[in-house]
Amino acid sequence: MNVFAWIETAAGAAESSSWEALGAAKSIADALGVDTAAIIFGENSAAIAADAGKFGAASALICDDEAMQPYRLETYAALLSKLVDAHMPAAVVSVATGRGRELLASAAADSESGLIAEVIDLRVENGSIIGTRPAYAGKVLMEMSSHTPTTFVTVRGRAFPPPPFEAAAEPSIESVPPSIIDAALELQIDDLSAEIGAINLADAAIVVSGGRGMANNPITAPADLSGEEANIWRAKQGFAKTLQPLADVLGAAIGASRAAVDAGFIPYEHQVGQTGKVVTPDLYIACGISGAIQHQAGMRGSKVIVAINKDAEAPIFKLARYGIVGDLYQVVPALTEALRARLS
Amino acid sequence: MHVVTFTRSTPDTATRVWVNDNGEVTWGDVATVVNPWDEYSLEEAIVQAKHGKGESTVIAIGPELHNDALKHSMAMGIQNALRLDEADADTNDSLLWSALAAGAIRKLDDVDLVIFGKESVDVATDQHTYQLARRLGWTMLSYVSQIIEADYAAGAIKVERVLERGKQIVSARLPAVISVMKGINEPRYPNFLGIRKAAKAQIPVWSAADLGIDLPPAATAARRYFNPPAREISTEMIAGDNVEAKAAKLVDRLLEEKVL
Repeated sequence: MNVFAWIETAAGAAESSSWEALGAAKSIADALGVDTAAIIFGENSAAIAADAGKFGAASALICDDEAMQPYRLETYAALLSKLVDAHMPAAVVSVATGRGRELLASAAADSESGLIAEVIDLRVENGSIIGTRPAYAGKVLMEMSSHTPTTFVTVRGRAFPPPPFEAAAEPSIESVPPSIIDAALELQIDDLSAEIGAINLADAAIVVSGGRGMANNPITAPADLSGEEANIWRAKQGFAKTLQPLADVLGAAIGASRAAVDAGFIPYEHQVGQTGKVVTPDLYIACGISGAIQHQAGMRGSKVIVAINKDAEAPIFKLARYGIVGDLYQVVPALTEALRARLS
Repeated sequence: MHVVTFTRSTPDTATRVWVNDNGEVTWGDVATVVNPWDEYSLEEAIVQAKHGKGESTVIAIGPELHNDALKHSMAMGIQNALRLDEADADTNDSLLWSALAAGAIRKLDDVDLVIFGKESVDVATDQHTYQLARRLGWTMLSYVSQIIEADYAAGAIKVERVLERGKQIVSARLPAVISVMKGINEPRYPNFLGIRKAAKAQIPVWSAADLGIDLPPAATAARRYFNPPAREISTEMIAGDNVEAKAAKLVDRLLEEKVL
């Protein structure tokens, strides 16, 4: 018996957040007195397995076969279920990314195993795995236990530290064949356009977000735009010309409130909140965001929150460690300059 | 052609939810709404049923509380509603939930497409969506931002999916299970006729026995609910003679916090 950690890969490299899953898997394995095995599918698996060893995996099960390239739920779930059947791990852990969520849920259904999703804390009590996880969009927390021989666990990104990377004995690597050869019969990927270089909101250590206040950009909109169109134009300029430079200096991802998304200032992918993404960065800078309860649900787990808002009564200041009352279009450029001077 | 969507009654996004002294989750006497993510799946089910010249059915799993969400769905324009309930079963367990859901889809027998919202805010997960697809052996397409083509006669669908870093266009065979994102459509509001029709509707309730299935035991259990620890925050309002002084002071503080 051991504990599996699924190492998500893209273009032959491990997603760095996957090492957090390995860390969480190790904490379960240590409590049970067993070893951790890294599960790695796709191109370059052997090299990634060597890294997994340095992060503390005792072994790795790899499948570097073209059938596993690119990721497809059907091929990956079939092989993961086959490995679970063969090895009966006590737990299978991944980060709760889009792929981690669907892969582990599917394999858990195959073996009728319990799945505890999006956990922020894990422990083992009398041999059963207990996860602490949000419910009701994070407004409350719950403890969930699982009672099956194998428990599947997805961990929230940035909730578990990656284990130290150190020289270790080479992990024992076993290469396994794919389980389904031709999944393309049912599903065909026609086009994949990646935002190369874009920082993933959920992984970001720093997030800079804009809200409704982004519309108060003092620049003049083109004359042919009227009313609301002019507001949207000014807000979009604000995200591109005022917030983005701050994000660039900090290496931050850009977030937004629902109000800003619904008003058409920025695409939905950037929304932070109950009907957007949940983020837990080290630093969250809220610019022109009032801090509605639905936004708080998505960012209250941030380590340090900075609020910049004209309205001294805005609820966001109650959550913030540091607040500046002022016009974001004056404060943000000044902050960007101050950071540029200090960080360079 | 038949499209099925699932929904639940949940507190609204702006509603305060807390754990009371008895350890129970409560939101006072505030009315529930349809799970906020399901606004988009309900709208898409109505659109696709019309496009495919077929029918639409909404299903909720769990106690009578969920009838409100079903009635709202019918008021929007979903044609049929069903509730699946097993008195002693913990339908918050996703394996149990998906066993009931798969039983209903098989009993309906003519379903081409199942549409989910991205996740359910109360149980705060989407695992049941994937597990339904798995139990049915159908293709799962998550995070769909656009249905580019759906040819129900030919049994083919082409969608755009939003991934963590970019977008993907995928073609698949029907039947399939999809989950849709905010932005795929503009959910309609119920109109007067719809509300009247929904108010009069009798919603059938099916048990596991009605579906002819044996439920698996629940694999998981909620041990306890609790309120998140209060954030011990003392807010420091950054003061200064001018905006440059305030910015410099904030940078000092952030360097002290070691978050840069």
